[in-house]
Amino acid sequence: MSDHDYRPKSKVGQWFNDRLPLLTLANHLTDYPTPKNLNYWWTFGGILTFCLITQIVTGLTLAMHYIAHADMAFESVEHIMRDVNYGWLIRYIHANGASMFFLAVYIHIFRSLFYGSYKAPREIIWIIGIIIYLLMMAAAFMGYVLPWGQMSFWGATVITNLFSAIPLVGEGIVTWLWGGYSVDNPTLTRFFTLHYLIPFLILGLVVLHIWALHVPGNNNPVGIDIKKPSKDTVPFHPYIVIKDGFALLMFMIVFAFFVFYAPNILGHADNYIEANPMVTPAHIVPEWYLLPFYAILRSVPDKLLGVVAMLSAILILAVLPWLDTSKIRSAVFRPLYKQFYWILVADVLILGYVGAMPAEGLYLLIARVATAYYFLHFLVILPVLGFKEKTLPVPLSITEPVLGGSPNLAAARNKESKIE
Amino acid sequence: MSEKKTKRRDFLFTATTAVGAVGAAAVVWPMIDQMNPDASVKALASTEVDVSSLTPGNTLTVLWRGKPVFIRRRTQEEIDEARKVKMEDLIHPEKDEDRAKNPEWLVMLGVCTHLGCVPLNDKGDYNGWFCPCHGSHYDTSGRIRKGPAPWNMEVPKYEFVDANTIKIG
Repeated sequence: MSDHDYRPKSKVGQWFNDRLPLLTLANHLTDYPTPKNLNYWWTFGGILTFCLITQIVTGLTLAMHYIAHADMAFESVEHIMRDVNYGWLIRYIHANGASMFFLAVYIHIFRSLFYGSYKAPREIIWIIGIIIYLLMMAAAFMGYVLPWGQMSFWGATVITNLFSAIPLVGEGIVTWLWGGYSVDNPTLTRFFTLHYLIPFLILGLVVLHIWALHVPGNNNPVGIDIKKPSKDTVPFHPYIVIKDGFALLMFMIVFAFFVFYAPNILGHADNYIEANPMVTPAHIVPEWYLLPFYAILRSVPDKLLGVVAMLSAILILAVLPWLDTSKIRSAVFRPLYKQFYWILVADVLILGYVGAMPAEGLYLLIARVATAYYFLHFLVILPVLGFKEKTLPVPLSITEPVLGGSPNLAAARNKESKIE
Repeated sequence: MSEKKTKRRDFLFTATTAVGAVGAAAVVWPMIDQMNPDASVKALASTEVDVSSLTPGNTLTVLWRGKPVFIRRRTQEEIDEARKVKMEDLIHPEKDEDRAKNPEWLVMLGVCTHLGCVPLNDKGDYNGWFCPCHGSHYDTSGRIRKGPAPWNMEVPKYEFVDANTIKIG
């Protein structure tokens, strides 16, 4: 932790800080000692904060023009697109912003998986992160319902019907969620309310997420505990601020590409047809970021078990710190885990692909194998690997392998001979 | 400190908590129940449909309580096919005689019992309905035969008001 004995220089600052220590907080955030070997995969925390703020600001402005009513919602969205000044821009930023948010969160999660950032003493940061991820999915789903197109309506129908799989009370819960006997106006108005609420819940959890992070400090690519502050750390400002800022600029280029050149490529054309409770579109699929879980749902032939499998696939992440029995954090020093990690990445990508395809024939078979492997990775491979794997020697500090004196002598010598 | 005094405190503490919990529940319940179907939604409980124009082999889809209802005027082949199925071949065993009292007319909610999509007419492996969302196949009696749906399509309460009019609900 940084210097909590901080005293502002000015008299006014001291007077204010004695009453509300905001300047101490600001000082903590700027001086916060950060491992000096953080790579660009660590910049996605800042990028995600940017995504959240972007969604809140564009969402607030869209809400000034949107009408949450089954008879008017679809038209009001077209009104935003055609009539409202820069409405098209704000809506495209908001719609593509959701995809960018998930892109960044998936990189952030897989970074954590690779470098073992979820392990002790960072379990609470990880679990708060999983809760944020769940809320993101809820917000994205409800937001997708608001334009009241065909995909909105039928997506809402299918997802709310997941609850009907619960024995005995399922049907009652679904009716309660709908506020009627089908998805209709009461469903739309409550989804709008909750869609408005959830980002602020996420904002609160982000504060806790960062607070929990600042207790043990950042993990790093080497995955070892470091002394803070020491020659292994640099202050957050300006070092990390500049690095995060540069990564954010790169990210915004990708973001802008979608907004300006392919604003509808991640959506479905069916959602430009107004909701019709009489006709289900021939091929309904969720947004890309939910496809792996959708594939898991469809790969199980039983309704209740399908829903259980899908929810377990997400919730299993919350207990990951206890499923992974290895004491070594970073995959850099875990030769076997590193291979299984990439197999898992491929597995999730395959699940995403088959989730977009019809659930029949070869696609269904692939989905089943990939689903089985997903659970195998977390429930069998990870626990066993911690005991069986022969890990590589870990350096004692970040600077050690660079300055010599590393216990990993062979690796250091190899490096030297290569240089020669 | 005597034992009696501690017990008196314990009782007061428990009683206060219990009354508080009941009070909190009484306040929370209206907040939860307001989300259930309101009076105006419940009021749309029944609908009457003129089926005089429907010829055998065709289906009429009407909206009832926001959900599609299939009214199928079945051909003799469809009836025969539905009636000769053995009960042990069914995932959710129901006799066609119980589902369609008047064999020519099949009235049921056009809602897949898996996740609520509207199945397509005259499709699937059993010449009945096929749900495009997750691949459930229904037979000519609207019974689930293959796929993830757990039950047959639901037959709502309905009656023939006269020869040409069905009242649903």
